[in-house]
Amino acid sequence: MGLLSRILGLGQPSSKQVAKDRLQLVLIHDRVRISPAQMEALKQELLGVVSRYFDVDTAGVEVTFSQHQRENRLVAEMPVLPEARRQKGR
Amino acid sequence: MGRVITVTSGKGGVGKTTATANIAAALAAQGHKVVAIDGDIGLRNLDVVLGLENRIVFDLVDVAEGRCRVRQALIRDKRTPELFLLPASQTRDKDALRPEQMVEVCDQLREDFEFIVVDSPAGIEGGFRVALAPADQVVIVTTPEVSAVRDADRVVGLVEAAEKGPALLVINRVKANMVRRGDMLGPEDVQEILSIELLGMVPEDEAVVVSSNRGLPLVMDGAHPAGKAFSDIALRLSGVEVPMTDLSDDGSIWSRIVRFVRQR
Ligand SMILES: Nc1ncnc2c1ncn2[C@@H]1O[C@H](COP(=O)(O)OP(=O)(O)OP(=O)(O)O)[C@@H](O)[C@H]1O
Ligand SMILES: [Mg+2]
Repeated sequence: MGLLSRILGLGQPSSKQVAKDRLQLVLIHDRVRISPAQMEALKQELLGVVSRYFDVDTAGVEVTFSQHQRENRLVAEMPVLPEARRQKGR
Repeated sequence: MGRVITVTSGKGGVGKTTATANIAAALAAQGHKVVAIDGDIGLRNLDVVLGLENRIVFDLVDVAEGRCRVRQALIRDKRTPELFLLPASQTRDKDALRPEQMVEVCDQLREDFEFIVVDSPAGIEGGFRVALAPADQVVIVTTPEVSAVRDADRVVGLVEAAEKGPALLVINRVKANMVRRGDMLGPEDVQEILSIELLGMVPEDEAVVVSSNRGLPLVMDGAHPAGKAFSDIALRLSGVEVPMTDLSDDGSIWSRIVRFVRQR
């Protein structure tokens, strides 16, 4: 990356930012000791349970960890379809 | 009663032995009675970094197994009379010592010393557990690199699980020019990721290599940036508040310009 574009903040993110992002991601899995595959399985099971009560917009489901200091929280976001659309869908 | 400070890292080669030698020497130079213990059994190095390798008779394993008294194994540094070394055994392996034995040896030393600084082997196995067992305070050394920080994070977790936390963080080999151009994690990034208190940051400094060539800890040998950093770390460990040195200010023309502009 050229000096000018670096000064202007254009182009690729800095290697430091890439390192930080990669570390934050890998550490979440290290800390809670869960593999990406297990995470996907958890997401599917959660979705299965929640779907018994609501119509869930599966495209918008996100299961992640949020971190505050060294505390990790499981955060599941599942968009629930409104009643009207639910009725129609039936 | 002396305090046991264990220096550890997870990943090898990040500067544990360098940090142990310099923190111990700095504490001694600041007037405390200090013993440095080499917990890296089978791969002893603290003796050569401190320049005391020629005077070893007994070692840590001899003490633990009762072949000598702890005082007989201690080597006094003639240049800094308040500094002593308890060397590791070179002929035994990492499993030669059990955690309880290390605790026992340290408890004897607590009576005579203000600070007991323990160097750990790399890794998170037996030797790490032995070095961790007597600790009142754990210091985790890392470099600002992805793999070292990842391993440090693992150690932070293990230290907490062993109820030896919270650990303090030393970031070693910081290259100011790389941080400045966005090619190295800065101390604030590493500290944010690991979420433990920063004890100090140490710049990359050729004088570290020269000092280990000579067996003369940096802090004994004039004003080098890394030596200053270790002296500040030692002061902080003994409860003195010392502001962090801004490592981006490396005396270069560029950093002088930055400082000039910031002061406007
Ligand atoms: N701040 C620094 N600037 C330059 N070189 C350094 C710095 N800190 C350490 N080094 C060099 O890095 C190398 C490894 O350091 P050191 O032996 O202290 O690491 P270690 O963590 O004890 O390694 P091990 O895990 O093998 O015990 C040494 O050659 C040392 O001189
Ligand atoms: Mg070492």
